[in-house]
Amino acid sequence: MSFYQGLQAETVSFRGHNGDQGEAYYARPTRAGKFPGVVVIHHIPGWCEWTTEVVRKLAHHGYAAISPHLYFREGNPGEAPDDLGARIRAAGGVADAQVMGDVAGAMAYLRAQPNATGKIGVIGFCSGGRHTYLAACTLPGIDAAVDCWGGNVVVDDPKALNDKRPVAPIDLTEKMTCPLLGIFGNDDANPTADQVNRTEAVLKKLGKTYEFHRYDGAGHAFFNTLRDAYRPEQAIDGWRRVFDFFNRNLAASASSIAAE
Amino acid sequence: MCSYIVEKAALVGSAKGRKGWMKIDTANVYYDHPYHSTLDHVLAIDFTNEGEGGRDRVAVELSADSARALIDRILAALASGEAAHALPAPSVPVAAE
Repeated sequence: MSFYQGLQAETVSFRGHNGDQGEAYYARPTRAGKFPGVVVIHHIPGWCEWTTEVVRKLAHHGYAAISPHLYFREGNPGEAPDDLGARIRAAGGVADAQVMGDVAGAMAYLRAQPNATGKIGVIGFCSGGRHTYLAACTLPGIDAAVDCWGGNVVVDDPKALNDKRPVAPIDLTEKMTCPLLGIFGNDDANPTADQVNRTEAVLKKLGKTYEFHRYDGAGHAFFNTLRDAYRPEQAIDGWRRVFDFFNRNLAASASSIAAE
Repeated sequence: MCSYIVEKAALVGSAKGRKGWMKIDTANVYYDHPYHSTLDHVLAIDFTNEGEGGRDRVAVELSADSARALIDRILAALASGEAAHALPAPSVPVAAE
């Protein structure tokens, strides 16, 4: 067997919140066997090329990964995702309930595949990190969740809550049912180091299974190779933590490639 | 900053986008993570025509410093342009009424 295994990546159709049909980017190893699934929740600017790279990276490491396009309702298939993101922003963003429905739909898509083990992880970046925290607290059937620098998990200004985002995720922590991995840059302004500490304090107080990794010399989005924020050393270690966490909790025996 | 905070400005004008020229009536302005720029945060402006549904846009993503410099140059251009295009002062004194 070759060290580097093949993968297949494509845009697929999935059923999201309310049964709405939308697009998702899906990648899986092509070798024989069964694979755990991971839902990738994209960041606030939208369903971007870097998000597809994350999906393929997960497939490269032995996971069937899917990233639902959370803004698909704003346009037609084939329309540029950044334009849909602009419309969503002008409309005040997407509702948490809708995102949770879309994540649940993506999880169902993964479970329905013949090569699925049934184990499901969720990973999200930026606003997707916050969505991951929410999913870990509100969606059944998640085996491991990774929050990468999700902002607004702690809400200090009640005016930041509204019809679309009615509850601060931190207030749902008691309902968290899966292990949580948190990855944060200490120079980040949202979440700040203090907010990360307060999130950890709540997890600890409630006896949740979690591990947080904080990185000096890194801010927001330091995994993102397409941004000036990219920090190679911290990102390499962060990815190692992510795959170690998924391997332990999703039993990805098929994954044998060290995180790069 | 992972926010959905948007400042809206009503406009009268036109912009050239993917489909050519279009009338615009709105600028959605925000300072947040970009889609294309490599910067952590950008001052982004989406010029749209909300009166026609707002589906097409002309977009820019600017660094904070260059956005401030642009504001300054816009004001300078308006000042110099308005001065240059102002009617010349009358050569014959106008009788006071």
